Amino acid sequence: MAYSEKVIDHYSNPKNVGTLDKAKTNVGTGLVGAPECGDVMRLQIEVDEESGVISDAKFKTFGCGSAIASSSLATEWLKGKTVDQALAIDNMDIVEELNLPPVKIHCSVLAEDAIKAAINDYRVKNGLPELVAEKKAH
Amino acid sequence: MKLELPIYLDNNATTPMDPRVLEAMLPYFTEKFGNAASRNHSFGWVAEEAVDYAREQIAKLINADPKEIIFTSGATEADNLAIKGVFEMYASKGNHIITCTTEHKAVLDTCKHIEKTGGEVTYLDVKEDGLIDLAELEKAITPKTILIAIMYGNNETGVIQPIREISKIARKHGVLFFSDGTQAVGKIPVDVNADGIDLMAFSGHKMYGPKGVGALYVRRKNPRVKVTSQMDGGGHERGMRSGTLNVPAIVGFGKACELCMNEMESEAKRLSTMRDRLENALMELEETYVNGTREHRLPHTANISFKYVEGEGLMMGFNKNIALSSGSACTSASLEPSYVLKALGLGDDLAHSSLRFGLGRFTTDEQIDFTIKAIKETVLKLREMSPLWEMFKEGVDINAIEWAHH
Repeated sequence: MAYSEKVIDHYSNPKNVGTLDKAKTNVGTGLVGAPECGDVMRLQIEVDEESGVISDAKFKTFGCGSAIASSSLATEWLKGKTVDQALAIDNMDIVEELNLPPVKIHCSVLAEDAIKAAINDYRVKNGLPELVAEKKAH
Repeated sequence: MKLELPIYLDNNATTPMDPRVLEAMLPYFTEKFGNAASRNHSFGWVAEEAVDYAREQIAKLINADPKEIIFTSGATEADNLAIKGVFEMYASKGNHIITCTTEHKAVLDTCKHIEKTGGEVTYLDVKEDGLIDLAELEKAITPKTILIAIMYGNNETGVIQPIREISKIARKHGVLFFSDGTQAVGKIPVDVNADGIDLMAFSGHKMYGPKGVGALYVRRKNPRVKVTSQMDGGGHERGMRSGTLNVPAIVGFGKACELCMNEMESEAKRLSTMRDRLENALMELEETYVNGTREHRLPHTANISFKYVEGEGLMMGFNKNIALSSGSACTSASLEPSYVLKALGLGDDLAHSSLRFGLGRFTTDEQIDFTIKAIKETVLKLREMSPLWEMFKEGVDINAIEWAHH
């Protein structure tokens, strides 16, 4: 199976690999997937408390090239968005942007889950109720 | 010499054909095109003579009699013919077969088929080193047992089963012993008499011969073994496998066996030295594990897990330049990680993190140097990107986390 050029580019030059301080109240962390399934994504957002805009986003991913590319792309998209705008990111946007084949759609679902988990972590830390997301099949 | 890319290190999947094999085959496509079963003219005689010669070359490699070689389309067909053929032929004696969980799918799925048609199959577990437990094997034998099917060398780990001990147990209980020798024949000395094998499957394309040809060795003496044909027709191959013989492929298979026989000793040494060098260099990386015993192993195979990186992601770092295979789910059609590695007791996470190296006749030291460098760099790069590696380094117990399985 050949990878799309965009997947190869994100894999070779991943954007925003790293770790934010998860102890900070304005940092939300989402850790999704499982080692047994072959993918684990950790996605973090740092929110500017005055504007509500995501000022920084970082990821680390254990997984195939498509999983790495999906999370790298997600961090790029997150930066500069408000938290509410970030909630609107749909896994199918990632599929389209990266030209993921059907067998790799679960990588994009995982990235969406990671975004939502990071936002929820941020919300809970800041006294907001947790959002219940619709469950997508992996 | 300049290093040519890509490098092929997937010789357990298939091997390139040796040019000397191709040369031997060529006349049998064109001017010597006869049907080996044509008894009444020279075209047939020429083909038959070529088949007879190849049968001798093949038999010699495994110390068999040429009459004990039944040509098939490959090892999968030979596995099917051995297991189904014995099951049907010896139905009056019993219906129980013993095999093990790390066999090739051609054996396991054939056994599954047998179970659907009224047979009983025991699947022996293997120990952590990949070897079967001989005491377990003996315990599994019942008065209904007709066949023990245990492979010679494993395709994923290279682990070599204790063939002579298995055959002793089989003999003691009057049970036939079939071995899938696909990965072993041509690579290490295999002697059906000294090893006590009654039936053995092997294939041309794993030993620098052509694809689409293989053989089933069927013992003719002590005991005389028979299998029920699974392909009916003109009664070729002593009635055990009908179908016009694939003469060019058989000629190539014969030549391939002859070359393996002549070059095996030096080649096995060369390959195991290179393999060990590759393995030792990669083992310098932290949290790296060799899967299966290093002691009883085919000389050309290594299976290594690089913990905290995923196999497919890892291969993507160099698969433009190096061809090999992984036990990761993402590389298989089933989306399940390697059942062979899981049978060794590896967790799914380590199975996902494995690479299989299959060295071969055309592998060079320069290729191994390049591979060591490329894999080390990619593992280090991906670990920097891996949340699991970070947790491991921080001393977080990854097994204690409640992962959301999807």
